[in-house]
Amino acid sequence: MSDALPGLIAEALLTGALVTVNVTAGALTVALAIGMALAAAAVMTNNRMLQTTIRVYVEALRNVPSLTFLFLLYFGLASLGIRLPSMLAAIVGLGLIGGAVTVDIFRSGFLSVPAGQSEAAASIGLTPFVAFRLIVFPQGLRLALPSLGNYAVALVKDTSLVAAIAAPEIMFNARQLVNETFETALIYGSAALVYLVLTGAVAQFTSLVERRLEVR
Amino acid sequence: MAADTLLEVANLGKTFGHLTVLKNVSFKLDRGERVALIGPSGSGKSTCLRAINYLEPPTEGEISLEGQLIGRRRNGQPMTDREMAPQRAEIGMVFQHFHLWPHLSVRANVALQPRKVRGMSRDDAEMLAGDLLGKVHLAHKAEEMPQRLSGGQQQRVAIARALAQQPKLLLFDEPTSALDPELVGEVLTVIKELAAEGRAMVLVTHEIAFAREVADRIIFMDGGQIVEDGPAKAVLDRPKSPRLKQFLASLKLGGADE
Repeated sequence: MSDALPGLIAEALLTGALVTVNVTAGALTVALAIGMALAAAAVMTNNRMLQTTIRVYVEALRNVPSLTFLFLLYFGLASLGIRLPSMLAAIVGLGLIGGAVTVDIFRSGFLSVPAGQSEAAASIGLTPFVAFRLIVFPQGLRLALPSLGNYAVALVKDTSLVAAIAAPEIMFNARQLVNETFETALIYGSAALVYLVLTGAVAQFTSLVERRLEVR
Repeated sequence: MAADTLLEVANLGKTFGHLTVLKNVSFKLDRGERVALIGPSGSGKSTCLRAINYLEPPTEGEISLEGQLIGRRRNGQPMTDREMAPQRAEIGMVFQHFHLWPHLSVRANVALQPRKVRGMSRDDAEMLAGDLLGKVHLAHKAEEMPQRLSGGQQQRVAIARALAQQPKLLLFDEPTSALDPELVGEVLTVIKELAAEGRAMVLVTHEIAFAREVADRIIFMDGGQIVEDGPAKAVLDRPKSPRLKQFLASLKLGGADE
């Protein structure tokens, strides 16, 4: 083991971690926006078309392996002449997959708010949209938070998949360094530690938010 | 329609599939008048009350407040919830299970309607909320969260929330049924004080003694229909129908009243 190795590992994994954080943050934003919007729409309307469209989206993306979907987005579209940069493909891909997960999390959160809450809101003369925004949404969000936290942790781990579409995140860099140095155990072990730190931070953050939003 | 008629319920009917829960229910309420709906459970009295602000849309009949048809457009088509919102704002409702909003302080629960429906400034709405909480003897609880309050206190906050609408009509849906016996009195006292102000109200209640005291008129329902409708004392003291006699007797046997 050369003296330069610890420095090389640190550099590879930390620059990788930065990309992992960016992909996670981007995909999380996309997933939360999609999930929140679709769940709110699904809860507020009885429109069959919309309900069906959401169902198809959820079932399709949940029942196709993430790697397959990422390949389709990155290599598949490229073969049709649409070349997405790998970072963009990673964020959009994981975001769309995540939206299919979070829409059900949000929806069950909103639906867990007792009907009496909306009835009271309607009875004072709030329109359905305002009632949702002021009464159902804040309570449903709080109920959904633990599951959203679990999803965020799972997302950090799933970002390792985007190594396969050449996004230079932790595993991409780790594998490259392994190919150059053959320090397999040390490098992958270090990568595991970096993931533990990242997922730990996400879990800490969500429990912090949960406590902040707790009903006193 | 008489000039002082506030609410008119005409031929109200409601069916769930094959089940008829309301049939041909008609009555009027004058300004300042207080009507108690009584009857055995399953008699349709709560459904009737909830139909008045269309939380339970009737399948037949019409409801009008100050001559204005509720829940239906001029062409008779049903309104959407969005269209109905301004009409519901005119009618305060107090629920059996309070339904306070747990993520908002007591003050914010009361101030929400004036702010978000009537466009009052935050300061004005919160001041109004403080006044109304004083009226239900809870000024000192304004900054608490609802679940820190007893059931009786929560129900009084719910009453203040309904009053904040400056409603033309107040609806009470068994306001004391979910309360521990020792907390019933404080809620009834507040309702009596409101009655003394001459507010129009429709009350669904199991408290017959209270109904006698606070209501001008009593409507006895059974099987989704109105069986008797008349001045409170006359209806309770000289019931005409066998069903009402039986109902009042069952309450006395159960020791629920007097």
